[in-house]
Amino acid sequence: MKRVYLDHAAATPVRREVLEAMLPYFRERFGNPSAVYDLGSEIKDVLEEQREKVARLINAHRDEVVFTSSGAEANNLAIKGVALANLKKGRRIIISAIEHHSVLNAARYLEKFHDFEATFLPVDKYGLVEPERLRKSLSPETLLVSIQHASNEVGTIQNIRELAAVCREQGVIFHTDAVATAGQVPVDVKDLQVDLLTLNGPALGAPKGVGTLFFRHKTRLVPQIHGGIQENGRRGGTENVPAIVGLGEAAVLARQELAGKAKYLTGLRDLLVAGVKERVPCVVHTGHPTQRLPGHVSFCIEGIEGEALVFMLTSQGIYANTGSACASKALKTSPVLCALGIHPELAQGSVVFTFNTDNSAEDVNYVLYHLPLAVGRLRSFSPVWRKRTAAAVGE
Amino acid sequence: MRFVTELKADATADLVFRVCPMHLLEPVDLIKDLKTGQVLEILTDYDGALEDIPAWCDKNGQEFLGVGEDEDEDFYKLYIRKLH
Repeated sequence: MKRVYLDHAAATPVRREVLEAMLPYFRERFGNPSAVYDLGSEIKDVLEEQREKVARLINAHRDEVVFTSSGAEANNLAIKGVALANLKKGRRIIISAIEHHSVLNAARYLEKFHDFEATFLPVDKYGLVEPERLRKSLSPETLLVSIQHASNEVGTIQNIRELAAVCREQGVIFHTDAVATAGQVPVDVKDLQVDLLTLNGPALGAPKGVGTLFFRHKTRLVPQIHGGIQENGRRGGTENVPAIVGLGEAAVLARQELAGKAKYLTGLRDLLVAGVKERVPCVVHTGHPTQRLPGHVSFCIEGIEGEALVFMLTSQGIYANTGSACASKALKTSPVLCALGIHPELAQGSVVFTFNTDNSAEDVNYVLYHLPLAVGRLRSFSPVWRKRTAAAVGE
Repeated sequence: MRFVTELKADATADLVFRVCPMHLLEPVDLIKDLKTGQVLEILTDYDGALEDIPAWCDKNGQEFLGVGEDEDEDFYKLYIRKLH
């Protein structure tokens, strides 16, 4: 059976070039970077080369990059690390209502254990945070604001430059989670004027188990993994050298391929959006129609449950998701969709397709053939849909 | 312990919240880039630095100028003058 994998926001295969770059670091070049002899010091040099490569992708200095085990860890280091390092400056943190759980739960942790106040900033129907609303919500107690660069659930790209500028004017530290955008759209920390920015390796075609936090010079962080002097004393634990080498290689490729990749993915995205609009009635596109990730399509389909649709598509070899990979297993109405004002009943029909460059127009056509059939089948035994169509006939 | 006030530094090593022995490793690198007579400021929250930094200066022939007095901060400011 044909396999069409369209859940790249959840996991992406490691790129061949990335894997090849990593392989020597499992056996031949296995030294501990902290060791003083040549087998270790050589690896320390390799680590610094990777730091430079990742820094170049986001236009940062290599001293502003700390490697972590994931985007979630980088978010934790940003939120908790900055908050605990600046207790005297204030105990209020503002995040958007549609942040990833690693930001949301880090904020909740600070509320519960460190007497912080967390404010959840509402978004508009597209998932955008209004800069003016942010400005009004700032107070002298506000220490940190965290707003994701793009939502992996609805694809909307925030106006981060404007939001960061609002914070800069007031001397408030600004963090953005750029896991969804890096490698998809330009991510330049000098242009965005952010103080902290999170990246994740897998989103770039590196393996799972590696991420990065950018922190602007002079931004103090309390380490969240206590240990030795790895990462210049900001994150304990022996570095995951093969994965970091993979991330470095992936960052180089991402920088080279960015423009072409965005154009290609936008083409696939628009093809799927147009095709669904034509073939499936009563579908609501979620997120911003144009200010969105190139390879990201998200819908809410009336009269069905997203989980059932995903299972049905899987039986045809199509792999999609109902929302974020973390939230989808909980079978709860997505808080992100609720924050966009989508009715909980409609939000049940959420489905998300995320592309990569190994996908083709043929894949899209395959989905456009099977998706309407699956939706039609599910609707045929949906009481909600039957009620809705009966009402429409009655009208 | 020697205390100093309003010392102007030519470079600063901000090691606040960074684990031991970063308070020794990074200043060693930074002092290499200073000219003789210039002053390095070390910011650290590590209590052991109050002993380690003067001891390192003694051992390496650099001048330990003292610890800055600033009751508003939760960290120490230590000053070294490069002698060679």
